[in-house]
Amino acid sequence: MIEDMSLLSIITFLPLFGAACILLLVRGTEAEVAANSRWVALWTSGVTFALSLLVWAGFDPARADFQFVERFEWVPGYNIAYHMGIDGISLFFVLLSTFLTPLCVLASWEAIKTRVREYMVAFLVLETMMVGMFCALDYVLFYVFFEGVLIPMFLIIGVWGGPRRIYAAFKFFLYTLLGSVLMLLALLAMYLHAGTTDVPTLMVTTFPESMQIWLFLALLASFAVKVPMWPVHTWLPDAHVEAPTAGSVILAGVLLKMGAYGFLRFSVPMLPQATADMAGVIFVLSIIAVIYTSLVALAQQDMKKLIAYSSVAHMGFVTAGIFAMTQQAVEGAIFQMLSHGIVSAALFLCVGVVYDRLHTRDIDRYGGLATNMPKYALVFMLFMMASVGLPGTSGFVGEFLVMVGVFQVNTVVTLFIATGVILGAVYMLFLYRRVVFGKLEKADVKAMLDLSPREMAIFAPLVLVVLWMGLYPSTFLEPMHASVDNLITSYQAALAAGADGVAVAAR
Amino acid sequence: MYVSAIFLPLLGAVLVGLFGRRLGDSVSQFLTCLAMGASALLSIPIFIEVALNGNAQTVTLVTFIASGDLVVDWALKFDTLSAVMVLTVSWVSFLVHVYSIGYMHHDPGIPRFMAYLSLFTFFMFMLVTADNLVQMFFGWEGVGLASYLLIGYWYERPTANAAAIKAFVVNRVGDFGFALGIFGCFVLFGTINLDQMFAAAPQMADATVSFFGVEWHALTIIGVLLFIGAMGKSAQIGLHTWLPDAMEGPTPVSALIHAATMVTAGVFMVARMSPLFEYAPAALALVVVVGAATAFFAATIGCVQNDIKRVIAYSTCSQLGYMFFALGVGAYQAAIFHLMTHAFFKALLFLSAGSVIHAMSDEQDMRNMGGLWKHIPLTYAMMWIGSLALAGVPVFAGYYSKDMILESAFAAGTGLGMLAFVLGIAAAFMTAFYSWRLLFMTFHGTPRANETVMAHVHESPPIMTVPLAALAVGAVFSGMVAYDHFVGDKHPAFWGDSIAYNVQGEAVAGAPAAHGADALAEGVVAVDDPVDDPVDDHGAAAEEAHGAAAQGVLERAHHVPLAIKLLPLVVSAAGIALAWLFYIRRPRYPMLVATAFPDTYRFLLNKWYFDELYDRVFVRPAFALGRALWRGGDGALIDGLGPDGMAAAASRIAARLRRFQTGYLYHYAFLMIIGVAVFVSWRLLQA
Repeated sequence: MIEDMSLLSIITFLPLFGAACILLLVRGTEAEVAANSRWVALWTSGVTFALSLLVWAGFDPARADFQFVERFEWVPGYNIAYHMGIDGISLFFVLLSTFLTPLCVLASWEAIKTRVREYMVAFLVLETMMVGMFCALDYVLFYVFFEGVLIPMFLIIGVWGGPRRIYAAFKFFLYTLLGSVLMLLALLAMYLHAGTTDVPTLMVTTFPESMQIWLFLALLASFAVKVPMWPVHTWLPDAHVEAPTAGSVILAGVLLKMGAYGFLRFSVPMLPQATADMAGVIFVLSIIAVIYTSLVALAQQDMKKLIAYSSVAHMGFVTAGIFAMTQQAVEGAIFQMLSHGIVSAALFLCVGVVYDRLHTRDIDRYGGLATNMPKYALVFMLFMMASVGLPGTSGFVGEFLVMVGVFQVNTVVTLFIATGVILGAVYMLFLYRRVVFGKLEKADVKAMLDLSPREMAIFAPLVLVVLWMGLYPSTFLEPMHASVDNLITSYQAALAAGADGVAVAAR
Repeated sequence: MYVSAIFLPLLGAVLVGLFGRRLGDSVSQFLTCLAMGASALLSIPIFIEVALNGNAQTVTLVTFIASGDLVVDWALKFDTLSAVMVLTVSWVSFLVHVYSIGYMHHDPGIPRFMAYLSLFTFFMFMLVTADNLVQMFFGWEGVGLASYLLIGYWYERPTANAAAIKAFVVNRVGDFGFALGIFGCFVLFGTINLDQMFAAAPQMADATVSFFGVEWHALTIIGVLLFIGAMGKSAQIGLHTWLPDAMEGPTPVSALIHAATMVTAGVFMVARMSPLFEYAPAALALVVVVGAATAFFAATIGCVQNDIKRVIAYSTCSQLGYMFFALGVGAYQAAIFHLMTHAFFKALLFLSAGSVIHAMSDEQDMRNMGGLWKHIPLTYAMMWIGSLALAGVPVFAGYYSKDMILESAFAAGTGLGMLAFVLGIAAAFMTAFYSWRLLFMTFHGTPRANETVMAHVHESPPIMTVPLAALAVGAVFSGMVAYDHFVGDKHPAFWGDSIAYNVQGEAVAGAPAAHGADALAEGVVAVDDPVDDPVDDHGAAAEEAHGAAAQGVLERAHHVPLAIKLLPLVVSAAGIALAWLFYIRRPRYPMLVATAFPDTYRFLLNKWYFDELYDRVFVRPAFALGRALWRGGDGALIDGLGPDGMAAAASRIAARLRRFQTGYLYHYAFLMIIGVAVFVSWRLLQA
């Protein structure tokens, strides 16, 4: 019954509708406009989240195929369709996006004072793009959403960002530029070969091996920037540093997942031979990402930069997991993405809390917050431990599954990425020590107040989810099983077919 | 009963941790002590049912992680080994909870402290009752967290913060090995459930795994990796540096976590995994070497330290070394026996030291003490009991367990066993020496503290001394009472199959005696047996030896020559006598010795320079490398060649193209067109 309601389209376009309402209907003095925009944005994103829970409730974990499918011709002559649907891989990314957006609106409640209307509009548009991207089952549609995400994000950094926002926004844009072009080329090539842009059809299309490798590289150029993988990660620290808190939250929480999601949805199922050929390269890049960025994180003086670098390291686990292609590794990679989406978002919110009070991200300006902000210290501690991968928090399950999975394929890779677990503890504990522990000496730091009820309301759901994911991850792992199993089975079947030299036509 | 015993401390911790400020100090103390006390009481019927009546059982709660073949439950496994651990941990923890009420009464953060203590106990319970390796890892890291929080409890002190981070990170290095060991188990066995792994272990005895392109004996690799984890948690040489620094935490913490319980987790883990270690003789050999080296090395440092808590900390380190070499020679039961008795007398020593520190207005340097015995006679008596037990004087608990370990090492009949025996005897001598050095420096001689401090010296209140007395009872009687069951005649029935039985000869019940067979064939007390005995000929000879060698290392340990049994006593007495000579009879001697061997003295005083070495080799290079990679790698290289370089190049090109258009959108479209052109021509060329 729920399946027939075009739920995915509603979730996707409801935020856009809210944005239109803000633009067209909200009138009055500047203060009124700001207040009403906030409330409209909060309600819209809240209702969207509630609706997305219906999707979860109606999702059948036993099925491996796409569910909640909607399809009608869009550009009929060219076989391009408006095709939406989710499976066990994308389900939780949709939920992650709808879950984080209302929290972002709340987090910006007082922090954003200028052009509130436009800000809220940008966030709602961003939500539409994110959700649409995770639901899209047509390559063209996917491409539209995938690129569309950049526009509001570019504006959020460029308009409401910090002092070097222009540099950061352009760097962000430049990196993405090259990848997008190549991805478009890959799209065209696949379209010319298969005659369709329908994702499920492309998944069962066999591309010649010589072509696969080029397609793979073209997609890699785009996805690797988004992940971000070493060495195309340097836009991330700058973008994070200059973005407003909520921008960082969405950036770390959802946008970084787009690349890895792209690997799972396009590269692996459509280009299995190339995936197998390139796995070694991805492993090496993942190892470098984990160790290199962890070391760099050690040297940071800026809280947001430190967490940004830690994100790169955590995403190194994800890419290693995806390309190991074992059940545990892939599920671990997805879980790690979800966990990172929650934990890094929460860590950026933690930075935002103190930034709102002291307007600096310089670690040395703080110290001794445990004394006057005990609630904050507790919340920060929890998320820090989740980031470090302490068992019982969400961070552990993802890392553990990834490493178990990768170990079956390549013990040496596991050995190296496991060092990230040690280094991660070093830089996070070192950060926490300098900010929260120590003597409370600086006068302006002494004057800082503990979490307000609004801030508690933001953190409470995040805390619950982190513990839930850590203590009873089955809730989140179960819906993945069928889809991931299907992904791996068809991947191996394709490889076996390729090895036998049998040309497998579309099944 | 089983579930509530484990989860009551968690309940106390959460309630007090979240609402402690509203509940107030005394309610918080009451609640946590109540929960802990109830748990301790429940542990008694559990022990009787599980260990004495032999009804081991596993309570499965819910699924934890399920992914593909990997299925992990939250489950509480109660067998003799975990029942012993739960009993020991809950009682020591309860006594420390009560003691803390008195010790911490000046502190502003009482609810936080009590919550941490209870939280720690919960994690420790989860560790010891785990029925799979992931849950054990959960408890393992959880106790690490609690330890981190408690070492850094006084978070305003930079030294406490540094020590806390050090403890967490060094433990993480160990956990790195542990985690890899878990992965190895999963790859080898397809499960990480303990019972299933142990059942499959005999079939996997000869399995190999490829690592760095070389084929290795799989169980040896797993054993070594797991042992690295144990080394971190149990502060064995190389990964021990965090333990002395952990003394920055409040003294009850040192007693509970860094002496009695958490640091013994490594010993517990190796004993728990003994059915696997049985098939990994090389890993066991490593355990012997590391354990013996730690026992000796920590004792040497303990002899020259001046901080009262650090002396006891190194003593803990050294005693853990004893437990490990006992494990390594296959006397797992003796190791757990010593773990249990040690928990009581070491907690007693630490809490007594806390009582001294409390009396001395937070002074910890023994050079500023002296002459205290008249002022705090009860604490003095407790310290004596603890020291007697530690030194292994007959009747006291340590006598039974420590001698058992030394005799087992001797009876093992291998070269390494002999090495462990020799180092163990040397360490026993030093143990007696530094224990009485501590006693004499603290309680005897002329008072060296200033008058204000001396005027304030007072015996601790009953809330502190009663727990001391309770622990003293354990320190006196636990060895005597438990001897028969733990290592004596009744031990096979007592332990059941919770620990692998015997290393040499008999191995695991029913399994072919693969290793150590010829060592046995040569006779029970073969001392100079070469180390290279195992594995190679498990053919007919082994089968033959199997019948003849029903005696395991524990049985043989009961039959070592009388001289061997007496030797530990003799060296302990000598150590006490030497301490008496140095610190009572001729107080000038220590100074003379120190000046006669200045290098040795400095080497020991600086703890063999481990901290300095690690600082230069790991810590500083890591930070330097981080900065270099950031500035050089990210800044100069990637950004320089990448976006910044491109932006510079783009603006140069853009300047030339300005007459056509400007703006990045244009570049975007332009590149797209070029791309399409390239692609189309590629297609055309292919066609």
